[in-house]
Amino acid sequence: MTTSTVSTPTPARNGSPPRRRAGKHATLLTLNAVSIVGGIGVWWVLALTGLQLPTPPEVLAKGIELAASGTLAEDLLASLGRVLAGFLLGSAAAIPVGFLMGWYVPARGLFEPWIQFFRTIPPLALLPLVLVLMGIGELPKVFVIFLAAFLACVISTYQGVVSVDRTLINAARVLGAKDGTIFLRVVVPASSPFILVGMRVGLGSAWATLVAAELLAAQAGLGFRMQQAQTYYDLATIFVSIVAIGVLGLVMDRLLLLAETRLTGWQERR
Amino acid sequence: MSTDTPTLTGTAKISVRDTRKTFALKDEEFVALDGVSLDVADNEFVTVVGPSGCGKSTLMNIVAGLETPTSGQVLVDGAGVTGPGPERGVIFQQYALFPWLTVRKNVEFGLKVAGLPAAERRERSEHYVRLVGLEQFADALPKTLSGGMKQRCAIARAYAVNPSILLMDEPFGALDALTRVRLQEQLLDTWSTEKRTVLFITHDVDEAVFLAGRVVVMAARPGRIHEVIDVNLPYPRTEEVRLSPEFAELRNRVWRAVYHQTQTQTKN
Ligand SMILES: Nc1ncnc2c1ncn2[C@@H]1O[C@H](COP(=O)(O)OP(=O)(O)OP(=O)(O)O)[C@@H](O)[C@H]1O
Ligand SMILES: [Mg+2]
Repeated sequence: MTTSTVSTPTPARNGSPPRRRAGKHATLLTLNAVSIVGGIGVWWVLALTGLQLPTPPEVLAKGIELAASGTLAEDLLASLGRVLAGFLLGSAAAIPVGFLMGWYVPARGLFEPWIQFFRTIPPLALLPLVLVLMGIGELPKVFVIFLAAFLACVISTYQGVVSVDRTLINAARVLGAKDGTIFLRVVVPASSPFILVGMRVGLGSAWATLVAAELLAAQAGLGFRMQQAQTYYDLATIFVSIVAIGVLGLVMDRLLLLAETRLTGWQERR
Repeated sequence: MSTDTPTLTGTAKISVRDTRKTFALKDEEFVALDGVSLDVADNEFVTVVGPSGCGKSTLMNIVAGLETPTSGQVLVDGAGVTGPGPERGVIFQQYALFPWLTVRKNVEFGLKVAGLPAAERRERSEHYVRLVGLEQFADALPKTLSGGMKQRCAIARAYAVNPSILLMDEPFGALDALTRVRLQEQLLDTWSTEKRTVLFITHDVDEAVFLAGRVVVMAARPGRIHEVIDVNLPYPRTEEVRLSPEFAELRNRVWRAVYHQTQTQTKN
């Protein structure tokens, strides 16, 4: 290896040499591309052989049309705004609550029954109630998304805190650290991988909840657009929305994954 | 801050007195330590050997202040131990490095806790990282280090806060023979230059004799001190000492004490 690493050594035992790994990577990418093109091909054939599906060019044309008229951007922004608001609020609330539950037994005793109870209810099932209580504005939708993100993240954070290695805490104690320092310098970093996994699960859950909530009650958004298109048998618009939902969800997940590898790259992978 | 109730005692640096430790199991209590008494003098190097489960780690954790004895007392510098403190450095068997910190930051952890300014921290960590031969890996994360390198980092971290007592729980247990011998020699080197009191737990009889001024042999069920063997070999311990007949004889004595405990017991 001739890369001039400044001071960190290249992890030598981490599997295959770069050339072979790069080759494997290329093969995988090729297979991915073949699979995508093949899938679209099958769809095309099915559309042409009488199934009631729009063909790929029709969907593409519809997509361009929706984008040009600004409808697509409007829907994307509406959906994205809701999901981000709910997700960020949910995570921001989940992390301190999760830490409290993991660190203080009384907090665990107080929070746990409610979290365990609401965890078994799909957030969407609360939508009718929430709609009655909060009206039909943005608030009920953001609230159920908040709940979805919160529940996923709080459990994970809590689990991260209680599973912090005792010996690491002891190591900090024998070096003179007191509770506050141990919390900030050991518990928080040690549980960060759990928190980030919780956030990713929370984001997935928030996205799923959002689209379903928009199907039921909204005036804009990708889910709403599909609901509308359904009444007019406008399959192309439904396809455009599905693709947009998938792509957006994937992009958000990848962004969090990137943050995760950045922030928790210190972990030993086995 | 972690010790109180000063009492009038002899000159022992560490004094374990009639200490008993029990753990509550489902329907009985398990006696991990029973009536253990041990005095370790200032600057003494004491090793502890004994069969698995005889309470060596429990004893060390009590001296470290990580566990409280069920009865009895542990004094450090004549004051009762009530919790851990930076004057007692601990090196854990499982390395216990903070995986999110680089070697340097691990070594600086205790210095940061103590509130040392950054420049001084840096200087001290540089010194100890060099002492254990990790200067090329100062900015590496623990996951990129080998077992022996992690262990050396843990040693540097414990040394950096300059504790007057070092408590080491099978620190070289997972190392290959060559690294182990090198680290033993390094440990004796630093022990003789920066005088410290060392309580060193090991499974390895050779290691116990090679390092110690005194070997404490423990027995299990209940955990107790079986025999204390003086090692009257000169320091520095060179390879010559290691290969000497006196060494071999002591080694055999310790070996018999550890592995033929049942016979000796029935005789008593
Ligand atoms: N927290 C605990 N709860 C219950 N039993 C415990 C606990 N800690 C230790 N023990 C028991 O006390 C005994 C002594 O444990 P200890 O870890 O001190 O042994 P050891 O001499 O260090 O053994 P080894 O050489 O295998 O490390 C063991 O039998 C163990 O099962
Ligand atoms: Mg042990």
